[in-house]
Amino acid sequence: MDQAITAESERVRIHLSARALGPGAHAEGKASDAADSVAHNDWREELAKATCEVFEIMVGTSLTLPTEPWPPFIPDFAAMVGIAGSLCGLVSLRTTADCARRITAKMLGDDEVGAAEAAQDAFGEVCNMIAGSFKGRISGLADGCALSVPTVIYGRDFTLLSLARGEHYEVTFSFEDKLLTVSLDLHG
Amino acid sequence: MKPVSVLIVDDSSVMRKIVGRSLRQAGLDVVQVLEASNGSEALTLARENSLDLILSDINMPVMDGMEFVRQLRGLESAQQTPVVMITTEAGEAHVVQALSLGASGYIRKPFTPEQIKERVIPLLRG
Repeated sequence: MDQAITAESERVRIHLSARALGPGAHAEGKASDAADSVAHNDWREELAKATCEVFEIMVGTSLTLPTEPWPPFIPDFAAMVGIAGSLCGLVSLRTTADCARRITAKMLGDDEVGAAEAAQDAFGEVCNMIAGSFKGRISGLADGCALSVPTVIYGRDFTLLSLARGEHYEVTFSFEDKLLTVSLDLHG
Repeated sequence: MKPVSVLIVDDSSVMRKIVGRSLRQAGLDVVQVLEASNGSEALTLARENSLDLILSDINMPVMDGMEFVRQLRGLESAQQTPVVMITTEAGEAHVVQALSLGASGYIRKPFTPEQIKERVIPLLRG
């Protein structure tokens, strides 16, 4: 999945499309006044901690950061959960269909054939738990924000376009031998 | 511990399966697992079945977990049934609201089987 951030005078557009992502670099976090209690750099760190927690507890796998710039990969499985309230934004999780099936199989203790039908449900729930864990880590957000029901998009011919005027943070992890990216788009 | 009949309420079938598995891992002798994908379905099952334990999500379509608990406590047959909320909504206000509506306990997602055991088994003994 390709991500391009384009500044247009006072607006920042974030394009997420089903093209190759990589190699390597992630967007830098910027200042946010949405939650004064959190230092700027903590958004990305807390998002990463929340993601690792969910995978360790619910999937039984410790995520790692890629040690080298990763080759292009084409995420064709994406889950999104909206955050609304004292902080508004979107948490999204993107990977390949193969990886989503593998995550599901590990969650259910099932084989990957059996997990295929449940992958959309499972991937949405993983994203939901990441969003919940993330907001629970930020002082004032647990009660100050509500989460949407997860949305899952899959296939190769889609583009996600956020018109939020805000910041973008993301982390790409290695899951076994596969890659997945978690991101947070904040509304200004 | 006596065999128990359980109702699991969650709009995610994957989570329902994981919760059911966690109950067994916690050592419960589960003889019947009923499943509902929202509060409205759960109320129907609660009216038609004798239940020992209910575990419910909060954020669900049609009828959420808070409204489900509120209406459940209006059923004479379910007034004493332990209800544990299992949800990503972990804020203190959510916990207070759930307990004030009649929930017996609260577990935050993600959860471990040990957390299920710690929160659920005392309710069944009580």
